Formats: sequence, structure tokens, C-alpha cells
Amino acid sequence: MTAAPVTGPASTPVLEVKDLSVRFRPRGRSEVHAVSGLNYSVPAGHTVAIIGESGSGKTASSRAIMGLLPRSAQASGSVLLSGTELLGLSPRALRKHRGRDVAMIFQDPARSLNPTMKIGPQIAEAVRTHTKMSRAEARERAIELFTLVRLSAPAQRYDEYPHQLSGGMRQRVMIAMALSCSPKLLIADEATTALDVTTQAQIMRLLAELQERLGMAILMISHDLGLAASYADEVVVMYAGRTVEHAPVRELFRNVRMPYTSALLGAVPRLDRAAHTPLPVIQGRPPDLSVELAGCPFAPRCPRADERCSEQRPPFAEHKQGHWYACWYPLPDGEQAAAAGAR
Amino acid sequence: MTEPLLQARGLVQEFPVRGQGGVHGGVVQALSGVSLDIVRGETLSVVGETGSGKSTLARCVMQAPPPKSGDVVFQGTSLGPLRGAALRDARRSMQMIFQDPYTSLDPLWSVARIVAEPLVAAGMRDRAKRRQRVGELLEQVGLDVSVHGRRRARELSGGQCQRVAIARALAASPALIIADEAVSSLDVLVQAQVLNLLEGLRTTLGLSYLFIAHDLALVKQVSDRVAVMYLGRLCETGPADEVYAHPRHPYTVELLDAVPRVEQAELGKRPSGDLPAAGEAASPVNPPSGCRFRTRCPRAQSRCAAETPVLAAPSGADPGHLVACHFPVTVDAPTAAASGTVAG
Repeated sequence: MTAAPVTGPASTPVLEVKDLSVRFRPRGRSEVHAVSGLNYSVPAGHTVAIIGESGSGKTASSRAIMGLLPRSAQASGSVLLSGTELLGLSPRALRKHRGRDVAMIFQDPARSLNPTMKIGPQIAEAVRTHTKMSRAEARERAIELFTLVRLSAPAQRYDEYPHQLSGGMRQRVMIAMALSCSPKLLIADEATTALDVTTQAQIMRLLAELQERLGMAILMISHDLGLAASYADEVVVMYAGRTVEHAPVRELFRNVRMPYTSALLGAVPRLDRAAHTPLPVIQGRPPDLSVELAGCPFAPRCPRADERCSEQRPPFAEHKQGHWYACWYPLPDGEQAAAAGAR
Repeated sequence: MTEPLLQARGLVQEFPVRGQGGVHGGVVQALSGVSLDIVRGETLSVVGETGSGKSTLARCVMQAPPPKSGDVVFQGTSLGPLRGAALRDARRSMQMIFQDPYTSLDPLWSVARIVAEPLVAAGMRDRAKRRQRVGELLEQVGLDVSVHGRRRARELSGGQCQRVAIARALAASPALIIADEAVSSLDVLVQAQVLNLLEGLRTTLGLSYLFIAHDLALVKQVSDRVAVMYLGRLCETGPADEVYAHPRHPYTVELLDAVPRVEQAELGKRPSGDLPAAGEAASPVNPPSGCRFRTRCPRAQSRCAAETPVLAAPSGADPGHLVACHFPVTVDAPTAAASGTVAG
């Protein structure tokens, strides 16, 4: 395979999400606006990270892309995969894209693999679902993929069961399966959260290396800004179903504007923090998403908020080339460095 | 120096495994001779990856189950020979908090009942007194008995559950709290709140902590001393500042190198890919001879397979900094970890 050139944001993005909203209608309860008006795009060879706490809508938005939402949920807006609209496709039409053009890896590799089936045949099955390969060819391809994800002794591993592998090895198998049909887009939903830090670093570096070789786009879903800092090109910060800040990674970490992003950043465990110094924290919890809020959803927890914030929603706007945020009182330059150390 | 609050001496724990489905039977050497001390008011963090024996260490300290050999001396009492009521009395001042806040609380019990249980066990008969104490304990962890007291675990958030678990631990007025990955599964903002809470309780109540974690960055903010474990043995131990700034064991360097760095994004750097590909831990059923880390170690030589390194002070180290390595990293060698720490 030839190395794909690293394409800039100017070319057609692999994934384009426009005004995506997801509503849950649980029986007998009021509607929950899990995702509201989400916009972003992922060009080939790029990694975009969607960051947020539990319940921020990050997972619901990625499931909407894959068509994996439960029946009680409804997605609206537009999801374009290389120009093809995915929302509203029939399950049959969607299955053609899923696995072939877009693949997903999940948090728990143990639960994503069939425990009663050897790992090699599981990969071969995925390969044969989307291509016209013979059994022997699919076996070859599976071993090739195991080599690609640097699983030790790939030919012997073919006949092993998931329980014989460690968590990191299982996640490598999941990545091999995801890559089996050379997808244009890989969605990694908290793919390393359950792993040790050392294993996490190996998996993330493996993904970065494979991305460079195969030129795929990666959509990374995580609660960890530190991980995004290290491995993403662009960061989308979600709060209460909405994007609150969106910027290239370096710009975001240098000039954070939205107080919520700053709070997330301040709470990231860092090696350069002195012992026994309190971490900067914010109190409170994310708002109830079944109630429509008039103002900024973060206002009740925000140290900078005043009346205007709880009455009027700040527009999500591009304030500087590539740097979007929704805040009436954004942090000035260099505020974050001070906030992370002191406060 | 005053007598340490807790002394663990040569702890060994082994578990037999039966062969099944192609896996060979044998003995898991979970802990192979681990010794450590905790003085009053101090926080010791034990860091290592899955299978390093750090949770087994916590359980051995609690005598649940007791170690196969070695002894634990807590508040001047040797726990090894104790059984039954005598053991329960001796370890009442030692309480544990677990990783999963939902499964470590009884789903059918109210918060107030969960927190009151240790008080009943300690013989507090008076109901009114008990109710008052439960109120105080919940307040200490930032909960309100009138709001949260009657709720069940499923009606609480992860952070609130962990606060209840902390209140329950405090009910016995412990001197030592063992926190086994107590904040690992929480969202980052909640994690910071709970870490701050634990820090605050340490100073107000004069607690000591044994913190078990897999992430060195996570425990940086709370630790006085750090012990790094790999496959049932200690690799390195010492004052936290010293270990973070000048890691001597190659495994400690690897752990530090694996931490995602916010500082790097500020500088516009990305981590590059020279982590060893064979970075899987060896099997605790059949651990490597000599130094157990040698199969992963970039510095390993033939001596590492032949001779087991013992904990010793490397040349030029601060007092109390010990490393079990034949070829420790020297201070002036610019390791990735050390330069990263300075770059913040």
C-alpha cells in the first residue's frame, strides 16, 4: 500500500457532520436532547477528538454516525461520509458502509469479541463479509492484519481464544478487525480508557503510526483532554449536548477561551504539579437535558458567569481563524497557565 | 524516627491456577517478597500495571486473605498470628475504598444505613448518637444526610457513590485508608473533586493513605512517597519528588513516558513512537529469572537473567530512594520523562 499524502483541511473531508441532533424519547418520560446542533469535519489523515464528561453527548453523536442508536433515539441533521449521506439510510444500505468505509473500536475489547470463537476466524469473517476473498485468502489477510497491529507470533495467535489474550492484545485484535477493510474513517470510542497507561500509550502510538501509513481519518471520543493533547489534531469540547469550544489542538491548549474547557484542563492529572496542592475544581453537575435551557448550559457552574449567561445563550462562533467557542466572557490570553498552576 | 504506622515485611502471596482450555496450570506468583513502611500522616502510592500485584499487596496488608509468608505490623501489633475477633479489632483502624463505586455499595441499602453499619459493628448502640454521627460523616465528604441519606447507590452519581464509600471508611475513625484505584473510573472533574476531598481529610483528620494506582500522574498530587511494582516485586521506591524528577528504574521511566502530556500540546509536540513493541508483561505464572522486567527492558544484559537485583540506593541518590536494578538510569542521562517534567 502506498503511503497516503497527508491532506490538508482544504480537500474534501472524509466525515462531515452538519447540525447533528440526537433526541431520546424514553417511554413515559420527557424527551432528552442528548446532542444539539453538532458541526465538525474530519479530513483524511487527521485526528479529531470529541471531549466531554459522561452524559455530554459524545458517545450518542458517534453512535448516530454509525447508525447504532437505540430505537428510542432519533437523529437529525446530516452526516456525510466522503459525500454520501448516512442519516436515513436503510439498515441494509448502512451495513455496506459500516465496517468497510467506517469502523469503530470500543472501550471494552473483551465484550466486543466473541468469547467462543478463535480470534483469527473472527477477523477472517469480517474480511469475508465485505470482500470476495476465499477462506484461505481471508486467513492470510487476518495474519497480515495481526502483523500490522504488531501482535506477537501472529500465525500462532490465529487459533487462540480472546480469554488467552491480555487487554492490550485484545484491543490490538479489535483494531485489526476494524482495519480489515481499510476504512477511510476509524471511530475510537474511549478505546484506551480501560487499559493501563503503558498499554494506552502503545495503542495510541500504534493508531498514530497506522494513520500515517494508511491515511485514514480518526475520530477519537474521550473524556481525557490529556490524551487529546497528545494525539489529536483538533479538539471539539462538548458540554450538555452542545459544542462549547472547537480549535486546533495547539491553539486550544495555548489560548483556551471557554471556562468549561479550562476547568477540564485544570483537572487533568499532570506530572508538573507539586504534591499536596489542591486541584482547581468546579462544583456542581451537568444540567438535566430534558429541560430546555435559555442561557449557557455551563452558567450554573461557571466562575465567570453573570445574569446575561443564564438568560441568553452565547452564540457558537468563530472568533479567530479555526477557533470557535460559545462564551460571553471568554478567558483572556495566557489565563489557563495561571489557572492550572494556582487558583 | 518514630515507629511507622504500618510495616509490611517480605510479603509473599501465591495463587494456584488450574489448567483449562489450553492454559497450563501452575502457581501465580502475585507477590514475591514486598516490604514497605508507612509513617503517620504520610501518603504512599503503589503504582504498577495490571498484574503487578498492587491490589494483592493491598489485600495482604488487610489480611484478606493473609499472605502466604511475611508479616504486617500495624500500630505496633503483628497481624499475622491474629484470628477472628482479635484480627477484626486490630485492623479496625485500617479501612479500604475500592475502584467501582457502584458494586462496592450494597444496592438495596440506603446511604445512611451503609454509613451506619461500621458504627454498629464498632458497638455504637444508641440510635440517636448513630444518626448524628452519620450526619457528621456525610457532611465531611460533602453530602447532606437530609438529601442523600435515604437514597440508594443507583440514585447517586459515580462521584457521590465514592463519597459514600469514603464516609463509610471514615466511620471507623481509621488511621490508615487503603484506596485501591479509588478515583480511576471517575470523570476527570469528579476525580479532581474526590482527590481534593481525600487531601483535605488527610490534613484535618491526620490520616495516612496507601494509594494504589496504575497512573503515575494521577497520584502525583497526593503522594509523599511512591513505590513502583512490576510482576510482584518492587522496582523502585523513594520520596515522590525524587522518583518523578530522577527515575532510576527503566520501568519507572517507561511509566512516566506513557503519561499523556498536556504540556506537550502547549508546546506543539506529539509523542513519538519508540515504545517497545513487546511491551506486554511477562506471565506471573512463569516469571522471568533474575530481574522480572528484563524481557521488556531496553537496558537488560545477561547479568539481569542470572541475578535477581535487590533494592539498594543507587549512587548519588537522595536518602530513601531505592532501586532494584543492575543498570539503573543515571541522573544526568536525559530521559524523556525527566526532560518532560522540566518542560512544564
